[in-house]
Amino acid sequence: MPGFIETVMLVVRKDLLIEVRSREILYTTTFFAVACVLVFAFGFVREGEPIDGAAAGILWIAIAFAGTLALGRAFERERLNETLRALLMAPVQRPAIYIGKLTGILLVLAVVELLVVPLVALMFQAPLLAHPVLMMGLLTAGTVGFAAVGTLFAAMLVRARSRDVLLPILLYPITIPVIIAGVRGTAALIQPEVDLQMARAWLSMLVFFDVVFITLALWTFEPVMADS
Amino acid sequence: MHCRAGEVIALLGPNGAGKSTFLSIAATLLEPTSGSVTYGDHSPRRAGAALRSRIGLLGHDLYLYPDLTGSENLDFFGRLYGLADLRSRVTAALEQAGLAERRDEAVSGFSRGMRQRLALERALLHEPRLVLLDEPFTGLDDAATTALRVRLIALRNAGAIVLLTTHDLETIDGIVDRAVVLKNGRLLEIDSGAGSLRDRYRRVCAAAT
Repeated sequence: MPGFIETVMLVVRKDLLIEVRSREILYTTTFFAVACVLVFAFGFVREGEPIDGAAAGILWIAIAFAGTLALGRAFERERLNETLRALLMAPVQRPAIYIGKLTGILLVLAVVELLVVPLVALMFQAPLLAHPVLMMGLLTAGTVGFAAVGTLFAAMLVRARSRDVLLPILLYPITIPVIIAGVRGTAALIQPEVDLQMARAWLSMLVFFDVVFITLALWTFEPVMADS
Repeated sequence: MHCRAGEVIALLGPNGAGKSTFLSIAATLLEPTSGSVTYGDHSPRRAGAALRSRIGLLGHDLYLYPDLTGSENLDFFGRLYGLADLRSRVTAALEQAGLAERRDEAVSGFSRGMRQRLALERALLHEPRLVLLDEPFTGLDDAATTALRVRLIALRNAGAIVLLTTHDLETIDGIVDRAVVLKNGRLLEIDSGAGSLRDRYRRVCAAAT
């Protein structure tokens, strides 16, 4: 029987292979995130001058909305032919299936962020790339925290009739701390007087959230999927 | 209900009787709200992955990825089960399903019967000891139906327990060792007396109402 890491790699490889063939999730989430940023830009940029402090919030709203879309579509794929049940039937550690699905979603969101971050920087004249290491840390930790909770909820809701409505209703309240930490950390990096210490503090907070959320998800994934 | 090695058992009943739920419980995917299931001396909770490695489930929804090819589907699940000599197993399974020449085509392009044959091979790829088949004859043509009947007999001879649901009683008549009816939450054994399986099934259903 495959080990934990091997199972994770198998699930990731399978998800990427399907995504390369269909490009469904990548195209829809990227289009949605870009459209989101453009709509906000029309509202918050007047005569070439963006409203102060808007960029950080808009960046994280775009990531959160695109992430929700990616989560829903990723598990819709597993629901369509009940393949999630086949995964759960396999003699593997079930938390490895969770980590595999999470990793696949993170890879898609990484591509989305590669497009959205420069776009927000351009549209809102925000120096998002002035401190690339810290910015990358905030984006990575924030996305992991958001997707960790989202992957668990999306898996739980895979057979629920109103899953498309329930996912954001459940996901956003719980990930509010992640979004706030991401926004405040990013804002600390792009404000006129950069506050690196504050950005690092928010990054630490995000890492703490990641550890808590992933630990809870690994702990609860098998029991919550038992009656899927 | 007690199932012995080398038995083919038909689980019959009207629509909505709970046949698929019964199979899901037997497959360890659902926990029973009352009662229990044991597999030899093992309980599903304790045996976990080791137990699941000996169960093969063909569901009504086939459990195949439509964007992957037939061989990719079998290869993925074969790796999840940690099967040795996987390439030759996949080739043999595709030949058994009559899909060897279409191994590199996406499953989304297959007919229902072709997908059903492939799904059966996916469920049997790891040579399970407990084979759970939910409506396995759905969408199969005459040749594939005959092949599946032969396969069921081979599984019985190999010592597997086969538990299948179907409404196609004429097809399974003569190859099942036992048949039980699930009705109103109760399991009723169909006797092996005179008449066709459908006649005996109707008698049991009539007596139960």
